[in-house]
Amino acid sequence: MKPAARRVLGMIRKESLQILRDPSSIAIAFVMPVVLLLLFGYGVSLDARHVPLAVVVEQPDANTASLVAAFRHSDYFEPRAFNTIQLAQQAFDRREVSGIVWLRSDFSRRLLSSGDAPIGVIVNGVDANQARITEGYIQGVWQVWLTGFAAAQGVELQVPVALEPRIWFNPAVRSRDFLVPGLIAVIMTLIGAMLTAMVVAREWERGTMEALMVTPIRIGEMVIGKLVPYFLLGMGGMLLSVAMALWQFDVPLRGSFWALTAASALFMLVALGMGLLISVVAKNQFVAGQIAIIITFLPAFILSGFIFQISSMPEPIQLITHIIPARYYVAILQTLFLAGNIWPIILGNSAALFVMMLVFLGLARRKFQKRLDA
Amino acid sequence: MAPPGALVFESVSKTFVAGGLSVKALDGVDLETQPGKVTGLIGPDGAGKTTLMRLAAGLLVPDSGQIHALGIDVVAQPLQVQSSLGYMPQRFGLYEDLSVQENLDLYADLQGVATNERAARYAELMHMTGLAPFTRRLAGRLSGGMKQKLGLACTLVRPPALLLLDEPTVGVDPVSRRELWEIVYRQVRDEGMSVLLSTAYLDEAERCDEVILMHRGKRLGQGAPASFSEPMRGRSFRVSAAAMGKRTLQGRLSAVPGIVDAVIEGEQVRVVTAREGMPELPGELADDGQLEVTAAEPSFEDAFIATLKGDQETAAPAVTGIARQQSPAGGGDDAVIRVRDLERRFGDFYAVKGVSFSVQRGEIFGLLGANGAGKSTTFRMLCGLLPVSGGEVQVAGLDLRRAASRARGRLGYMAQRFSLYADLTVLQNLRFFASAYGLDRNRTRQRIDWALAGFELTDYANSASGDLPMGYKQRLAMAAALMHEPDILFLDEPTSGVDPLARREFWLRIDALAESGVTVLVTTHFMDEADYCDRLVIMAEGEVLAEGTPAEMKARFRSAQMPDPSMEDAFIGLIEAHESQRQAKSA
Repeated sequence: MKPAARRVLGMIRKESLQILRDPSSIAIAFVMPVVLLLLFGYGVSLDARHVPLAVVVEQPDANTASLVAAFRHSDYFEPRAFNTIQLAQQAFDRREVSGIVWLRSDFSRRLLSSGDAPIGVIVNGVDANQARITEGYIQGVWQVWLTGFAAAQGVELQVPVALEPRIWFNPAVRSRDFLVPGLIAVIMTLIGAMLTAMVVAREWERGTMEALMVTPIRIGEMVIGKLVPYFLLGMGGMLLSVAMALWQFDVPLRGSFWALTAASALFMLVALGMGLLISVVAKNQFVAGQIAIIITFLPAFILSGFIFQISSMPEPIQLITHIIPARYYVAILQTLFLAGNIWPIILGNSAALFVMMLVFLGLARRKFQKRLDA
Repeated sequence: MAPPGALVFESVSKTFVAGGLSVKALDGVDLETQPGKVTGLIGPDGAGKTTLMRLAAGLLVPDSGQIHALGIDVVAQPLQVQSSLGYMPQRFGLYEDLSVQENLDLYADLQGVATNERAARYAELMHMTGLAPFTRRLAGRLSGGMKQKLGLACTLVRPPALLLLDEPTVGVDPVSRRELWEIVYRQVRDEGMSVLLSTAYLDEAERCDEVILMHRGKRLGQGAPASFSEPMRGRSFRVSAAAMGKRTLQGRLSAVPGIVDAVIEGEQVRVVTAREGMPELPGELADDGQLEVTAAEPSFEDAFIATLKGDQETAAPAVTGIARQQSPAGGGDDAVIRVRDLERRFGDFYAVKGVSFSVQRGEIFGLLGANGAGKSTTFRMLCGLLPVSGGEVQVAGLDLRRAASRARGRLGYMAQRFSLYADLTVLQNLRFFASAYGLDRNRTRQRIDWALAGFELTDYANSASGDLPMGYKQRLAMAAALMHEPDILFLDEPTSGVDPLARREFWLRIDALAESGVTVLVTTHFMDEADYCDRLVIMAEGEVLAEGTPAEMKARFRSAQMPDPSMEDAFIGLIEAHESQRQAKSA
């Protein structure tokens, strides 16, 4: 075996042994993805479901009963009946309900006379997003019920244009299908950037780097020896996350698995490059960890389009997102999982990732020197 | 032309800039070490020893000058140099989560040792270091001395032509120190290796073939150890006094003009004079003490101190004013610290086990042992910083388990690592500690004046304490621990990393404190410092091996072969006896 190959293999063996003996790196690679996925998969939802809703019926009759039943049958609402608007308002103030539907005493009369009747709707606007969704759902239930009512009466509905929505890529409109793929980018950033930043900094801190440097090993060999084990660890974390997405959360994978793996490998190298660069500059585990969180993890969370839509961000922030590698990877992930092999998107974003990989690894390689005063 | 030296420096300078402050670590250094020899690099802290090593290893680039190692230009071809030299930094980079074998394998891979050569080399190294039974043990679980030997084994896995060792013996127990030296000399003998070794232990200089003396970035001299000590002939003396304590004698000799150094050595005081011959001693000193002066064989240390102190006329720094105004009333058997069967467990590991001793008021009591012997753990329990797992502890008559905070008000503690606020000034630190001890405004002012004057910190009052030289940091830490005039002072490794000059000054201050009735407990791994203690215990692996006065300890090992055993000899004897006892028990 050539000495260079032997040196690289020696480094790889050493790093692997250290990973296996250090419970914290195993935890970051395998336990944390599971926890994050469970948290986001089950805990965080941008949908409105089982919204507690007050229905005020001032004069109960067959029509109001039918409308209340329509709300009750909807997945989105948990209606509670009230006789007066005052009682409903009290419940609203106590936050027992997050919306009120108000059927006045003349509801049935106006419905029968004009085929349409106004209903009062009050929603809690504290959470604007939730309020808008609730309002939309109430309108939806009302429209459907009204159409059914009109058909039963044998009357043409007075609504001039009927809206027929078709939702593509995520027909069930489950936010989980959208969140879980994006989460994979966050997890891989953590494994790639954070873990690598810490382990190289650890060598500086424990003084092992100084002894390592005065051996014939070249910097390039050291970089490869460090990257390979963490690359594999990160890919393991990625496969675990994908498996959980598919089988635990029933997120569809419409694109190619191999394209997903290839794009993930590319992103992993970008993340490792960032981690390496941070640790070369920081040389201290605590500082490296802080920097990694601030410049890799948080942007991957906030600016990648994983939760917050990039196109609805202010113009300057949108510009900033272009230097966040996770942005490109999230786009690839969401496309591959929900839409399929849309090559222009996948290849375009991959090209961006490739450039970033060259930049980060190149910078790390240049900054990393066998010198203590560099 | 003579063959080129193993390591050649030609007017090498290196300056570090940190926080707007530039420090000249090396200032135009010229040196040449001889191939196949052990060269010692000796100098106080901050002399530039580590910088020199790193420059030689190609880890730093000099601002100016040429460096050649084994005939290779280090600056131009660092990789070539790194392939042929071995370097063991001060904190050797062992991977503590890898086993002994895995550490060796890694360095064998990195150094390109062929697979078929490994078995023989490993066996040889493991035999030399005595690590053979522990190859599967994690490096983190080895004792300090074993770690150091493993570090050396990793450095030697491919025998380098030039071996650089940066303070390889610091904090290592004397037994391991001896073994390390044997390994180094064996390499020189068998492989013809050239060695450059830096050390803070001056007695080790005499083990080197040649010595380079460094101070403040400059080379002060180079030559065989004897070439340093020989010119000192006629300037080294031993003084003993029948009618005076050795510490009093030391203090008074220090103040005599013409005496540049006075240190306690066994029951006598060793004196180095500025010029040949003993200066005339003041009449009352000679009369009081019934002195007996004999000429002593000059040592490297004598030369070292004499060189560094230069033209200073007396040995004594101004340590007056440290002492307390009034001595506490006392007399008879008043043990201020009583420890019985003290125990501290961490999991199933006993850091301290069955430790018993008692300390009298006004005594200087030492805990002597290598790193990891349990000294600091014992200390922390005595100060109430660490709960005891078993046994009894009484400090100043108070049971630490019940009245820890009351006991703590009467003791001062100086931690092993610099524990003051590095970004506060000296004055701010002192003020903070005064308020932490609850001193009122008047007392605070008094004590701060006392600290600045007594520890000669006035010039530094407004400097950030992190920027102080090591010796001054140590003074400040000690002043802070004394702000509330404690009855008992705990000093945990106070002289570790402090150069020999500052150590001497430190002990003079301690003497002054003890004279005024303060009880001082001190831990140290410097064997020669044991002579400063009234009584001491020697600890190893969490147990007390012996208790007594330094003279008693040494007397136990006096024999025909060793008529005048040193503290180090006694320590090694105790460790060996302990080992054989344990083996007999397990057999």
